[in-house]
Amino acid sequence: MSTLVIAEHDNSTLNGATLNAVTAAQALGADIDILVAGADCAAVGEQAAAVAGVNKVLVADNAAYGHQLAENLALLIAEVGAAYDNVVAPATTNGKNTMPRVAALLDVAQISDILSVESADTFKRPIYAGNVIATVQSADAKKVITVRTTAFDPAAPEGGSASIEAVSSAHDAGISEFVGEELAKSDRPELTAASVVISGGRGMQNGENFKLLDGIADKLGAAIGASRAAVDAGFVPNDMQVGQTGKIVAPDLYIAVGISGAIQHLAGMKDSKVIVAINKDEDAPIFQVADYGLVADLFEALPELEGKL
Amino acid sequence: MKVLVAVKRVVDYNVKVRAKADGSDVDLNNVKMAINPFCEIAVEEAVRLKEAGVASEVVVVSVGEKSCQEQIRTALALGADRGIQVETEGAVEPLVVAKLLKGVVEKEQPQLVILGKQSIDGDNNQTGQMLGALANMAQGTFASEVKVDGDAVSVTREVDGGLQTVKLKLPAIVTTDLRLNEPRYASLPNIMKAKKKQLDVFSPADLGVEVKSHLTQLRVEPPAERQAGIKVASVDELVDKLKNEAKVI
Ligand SMILES: Cc1cc2nc3c(=O)[nH]c(=O)nc-3n(C[C@H](O)[C@H](O)[C@H](O)COP(=O)(O)OP(=O)(O)OC[C@H]3O[C@@H](n4cnc5c(N)ncnc54)[C@H](O)[C@@H]3O)c2cc1C
Repeated sequence: MSTLVIAEHDNSTLNGATLNAVTAAQALGADIDILVAGADCAAVGEQAAAVAGVNKVLVADNAAYGHQLAENLALLIAEVGAAYDNVVAPATTNGKNTMPRVAALLDVAQISDILSVESADTFKRPIYAGNVIATVQSADAKKVITVRTTAFDPAAPEGGSASIEAVSSAHDAGISEFVGEELAKSDRPELTAASVVISGGRGMQNGENFKLLDGIADKLGAAIGASRAAVDAGFVPNDMQVGQTGKIVAPDLYIAVGISGAIQHLAGMKDSKVIVAINKDEDAPIFQVADYGLVADLFEALPELEGKL
Repeated sequence: MKVLVAVKRVVDYNVKVRAKADGSDVDLNNVKMAINPFCEIAVEEAVRLKEAGVASEVVVVSVGEKSCQEQIRTALALGADRGIQVETEGAVEPLVVAKLLKGVVEKEQPQLVILGKQSIDGDNNQTGQMLGALANMAQGTFASEVKVDGDAVSVTREVDGGLQTVKLKLPAIVTTDLRLNEPRYASLPNIMKAKKKQLDVFSPADLGVEVKSHLTQLRVEPPAERQAGIKVASVDELVDKLKNEAKVI
């Protein structure tokens, strides 16, 4: 048995989500190779080769893969993946974009967002915004899987000594091109990897007030997140959204401020170890999942909290 | 330009769905059903393209049991021109839905296919991308902006790091994210008009597709319950609990 893990990266650095996917792949009980597809991405290949438990790293270095366009990448992964029993990627927006195309090319189902590996063909995954956990069994000879990264610990980034091989296949479907991107710049930890997350909701009232979270985030080394309502209202950018359709986080501490606790928001954070809710409405549903609830006006509670940390 | 929109009938997003006590399946007895929120955004986008003179016809398709005609009618009331139901029984997996949609694409030859990025029941986030692969079309997934320009479409996508814009050759696929638009409400006269719009029904066999199952749902269960928490009376107490009880700061 063999498993191919698709690396998540930006052509220079291996993204940590790959390490969680490697752990999920280990649970499948097969030899693990990593595919790094990108442009000028040799450095990523070397980082992938250092990951503990990896057999071989395949590097497909070609301009067509530089922006992770799904149309090109899926052709490559389907070709390389043909020799493997499992093809696994983290359920990042890249993984979600590309892997279903791979599955369709291979004429197999995709098993999305797995939470656990029960056996080589049986997996748990969340449905209905995480209100139900389904156990599903695949009848396909080849499994195409995306991994909910918060459900698996990261593999050790060091200690491995995989061999590195170049893959020469160049697939350019010629139907899509990259135009540009606006990437958020932040010195804070990445939302999905942070051990503390503090999120603001509609109760924050405007983008300016999100500054009230900054001081606390600085003191706790936290990432800052948001509810959909806060993003829709334009307080903060989309990459900060936590929830069913945003990012899934499971930090040691999650602080929800001015967030009511809709099921779609809970879907993205209820696996956090400790949940704190600050809300002026004592009946807000967020209190049903909070370990510590503070019924208070956030405009008073936040400055006080910052002062006392 | 013809636009094809795929819609799915799902549990209303306000319903908190639970697993049946025996774990055999989810309990959907007497729950309210609705058009999947992302599909509604897809319909709205297509209708706006028509209103802007970019699209000439909006065809809406749903794969499902007869009851999904209700959601097709909803889409027709929002402004789609005609409907297609592909009649299936029980749950149909994304790969099969994509194959059926490919059959509809071959019949209808749309320039743009708009789908929701995921349905809020299975949360799979697969169908649009699979259709893209099967029909060899480019895809702009998780779209927050769609601009048709001649024989191409520019799509701004919500990605982990922020926003990305891609340019796709038509015919192409778009899957919608939440911020693409805010769907309108159907007016009563439009709901009445929708009842008279054309709605054709096809079987999978008509489209040359075999309905196959790749995955078996063995059981369902509720997620791990969280221990009931407490209310703290002050910020001081909160800080104390986080430091000394939870030990997370
Ligand atoms: C298909 C679909 C997908 C969705 N996906 C997501 C998702 O991924 N993530 C997500 O978050 N939502 C998602 N939603 C939206 C979700 O249903 C809720 O609408 C949203 O989470 C509400 O955000 P909120 O809690 O910030 O706003 P509200 O529900 O308006 O709550 C605001 C809260 O702030 C409190 N408040 C106000 N002022 C103060 C104050 N001064 N001090 C203290 N508290 C105050 C109020 O008491 C209230 O509880 C989705 C919805 C749909 C239909």
